[in-house]
Amino acid sequence: MPDERGDLDLAHLAALARLRLTPDEEALYLKQLTGILAFVRQLQDVDTAGVPPTAQVLLPALVERPDEVRPSLSASAALCNAPDSIPAPPLVRVPKVLG
Amino acid sequence: MATVPATATDVRAAFVEGATTAVAICETALRRIAASNERLGAMLAVDGERALGRAAELDRRADRRAIGPLAAVPVAIKDTICTEGVRTTAGSRVLARFVPPYSATVVTRLERAGAVVVGKTNCDEFAMGSSNEHSAFGPVANPWDASRTPGGSSGGSAAAVASRMVPLAMGSDTGGSVRQPAGFCGCVGMRPTYGRVSRYGLIAFASSLDQIGPLTLTVRDAAVALQVIAGPDGFDSTAAAEPVPDWTAAMTGDVRGCRVGVPRRLLDDGVDPEVRKAFLAALEVIRSRGAILRDVELAHADLAIPVYYLIATAEASSNLARYDGVRYGYRADGVSDLRAMYERTRDEGFGAEVKRRIMLGTFVLSAGYYDAYYVKAQQARTLIARGLDAALGEVDVIAIPTSPTVAFPLGERVHDPLTMYLADVFTVGASLAGLPAVSVPCGFSAAGLPIGAQFLGRRFDESGVFRVADAYERDTAYWQVAPSGTGHGGRA
Repeated sequence: MPDERGDLDLAHLAALARLRLTPDEEALYLKQLTGILAFVRQLQDVDTAGVPPTAQVLLPALVERPDEVRPSLSASAALCNAPDSIPAPPLVRVPKVLG
Repeated sequence: MATVPATATDVRAAFVEGATTAVAICETALRRIAASNERLGAMLAVDGERALGRAAELDRRADRRAIGPLAAVPVAIKDTICTEGVRTTAGSRVLARFVPPYSATVVTRLERAGAVVVGKTNCDEFAMGSSNEHSAFGPVANPWDASRTPGGSSGGSAAAVASRMVPLAMGSDTGGSVRQPAGFCGCVGMRPTYGRVSRYGLIAFASSLDQIGPLTLTVRDAAVALQVIAGPDGFDSTAAAEPVPDWTAAMTGDVRGCRVGVPRRLLDDGVDPEVRKAFLAALEVIRSRGAILRDVELAHADLAIPVYYLIATAEASSNLARYDGVRYGYRADGVSDLRAMYERTRDEGFGAEVKRRIMLGTFVLSAGYYDAYYVKAQQARTLIARGLDAALGEVDVIAIPTSPTVAFPLGERVHDPLTMYLADVFTVGASLAGLPAVSVPCGFSAAGLPIGAQFLGRRFDESGVFRVADAYERDTAYWQVAPSGTGHGGRA
C-alpha cells in the first residue's frame, strides 16, 4: 500500500469532505488517522489475488415492486425540515452559487 | 393496580386477558422513564401524551386478541429510526430539530402489531460509536454501574430495556451496535440477517452493513418482535423476499444433536478472564441439553476490525454527504456563499467521531488510495465471509463472546479511537458476512457487570440462532436479575 508516511493530506481531505477543520482538529486527526492507517495496513499482507470484492452480501436479486403511481409526500411535507424554503413554487433557497 | 409484567410477551397477555389496561401499562413505562432517565440519559424525546392517546385507543377496542402480537407493549425507538411527527436526531446536532414527515417501516409495523411508541433512545451520533459517548445530547450511563458505558451505539435502547423502562426497544446494528450494548447491559440483542428487515426510514450510516434489530429481556420477545418487523417492503429493495417463518415455533428447548462451533483460538488473546469463564460455562449449559460442541477455525477473523473500519467509514463518508444544510437539518447562519455554507454547516453540525470517520472514509475512497484500501478491504470482506460460511458448513451455529470485556468506564476510551474500535472485535464478523446473530446474558463479573454470549447462524437461519439461544436461556435466569434502582430489586 502507498502512504508510508506523509501521504495524509488533511487539508485536501477536509476540502473533499466539505469540512472546515481548525488547526487543532487537523493536528489531532492527523495523529489519530495515521495510527488507524498503520493498524489497517496489516491488510496488505493478505493474498487477495483473484478474490472478488464484496460490495454487499445480498442476495440473488434486489426486490423490485411494480412501477405504479402512488401517493407520496406532499411538497410542503417534504420541505418542512428545510432551513430556508418557499411554499410556492416549492423551492429550497441557498446562498448564491455564482458570483 | 396490577403489577405490569417485565416482558413484552407477558405485557401483551396481561392486556389481552384484561388483567390491566394499555393506559396503565403505558403510564408505568412513562413513570419508570421519569424515575431513572435523569440518571441514565437513555431517552431523548418522550411523547407521553401521544403514547397515552394511542394506549387509550387500544383500550377502547373490543377485540383485544385481534390487535396483534405486541398489543399494548411499550416500545422505545433508537433515534436513528424515523418516527413521523416525533423529533429524530440520530444523536447529532445536525438533526437537532429534525421532525420526520414519515415513519420507518419498522415503526409502522410495530404500531400495526399493537405496540405503543413511548419515545426515542439516545445513541452515538449517526450510530458511530461503541460507548454512547459520541451523542451530541450527552452520554448514557450503564444501569448496572452509572460510571460505565452502556456500550453503543444503541446504548440508550439497551439501558432502557435493562432498567425496565420498556420491555422492547429497537436498535440498529452496523458493526455490533445492537449486540454489544445488549451484552454490556445484560439484555438480549438480535441482529437479523442482512436483508431480513427493511431499512426504509433508518438514517443511513453504512448501507451494506446497517440492519435494525430488537433489544429485549428474553429471546422469545426478540423473536416475536423480529417477526413483526421482518419481511419484504416496497420501500427497500434490499429487504429480501425470503419467507418469514414462525421463529417461536423453533424455540422448543430441544437442541439435541445441534452442532455448536466454538472458535477457541479467538478466546486466547485479549479476552477478559471473567468473560472467558462465563462464556465457557454457557457452552457447558447448552452441551448439557444435548448440543454438540465442536472447535472451528474462522479463517481471516483477525482481519475483521480493519476491514470493517475501512468499509464502514467509506460508506459513511458517502452517506453523510447529504447533510449540507439545504433540504433538512442544521444550516450555519450568516454565510454568503454556498461552499462556505456547506463547510460551516458540517463543521458546526457534526461531532468529533463523525468527522474522524468522514475523513477516514474520504481518504479510503480518494484517488490513488481507493484500490489499496477500499477494494482491498472489500476483497478481504469476501475472505471473512467465506471463513464464516465454511465454519457454518460444519456446524449449525457459532458461539462466541459478544465483547472481549465487560462494560468499560465512561471516558476510558473516548480519546483513543483505535482502542474503542477494538471493542467490536467479536461483533463485526457477522456484520461483514450479513449473518444473523443474537447476544444473550451469560453471567456477571465479580463486580456485578453483565457478560454477553453470542450465537451466529447461517443467512436467513434466525430459527437456528433463536433455538439455541432460547434453550440456553431456559437453564439460566440472568435476565430476571434487574439492576438496583429500577424498583425490581437488585442483585443479592
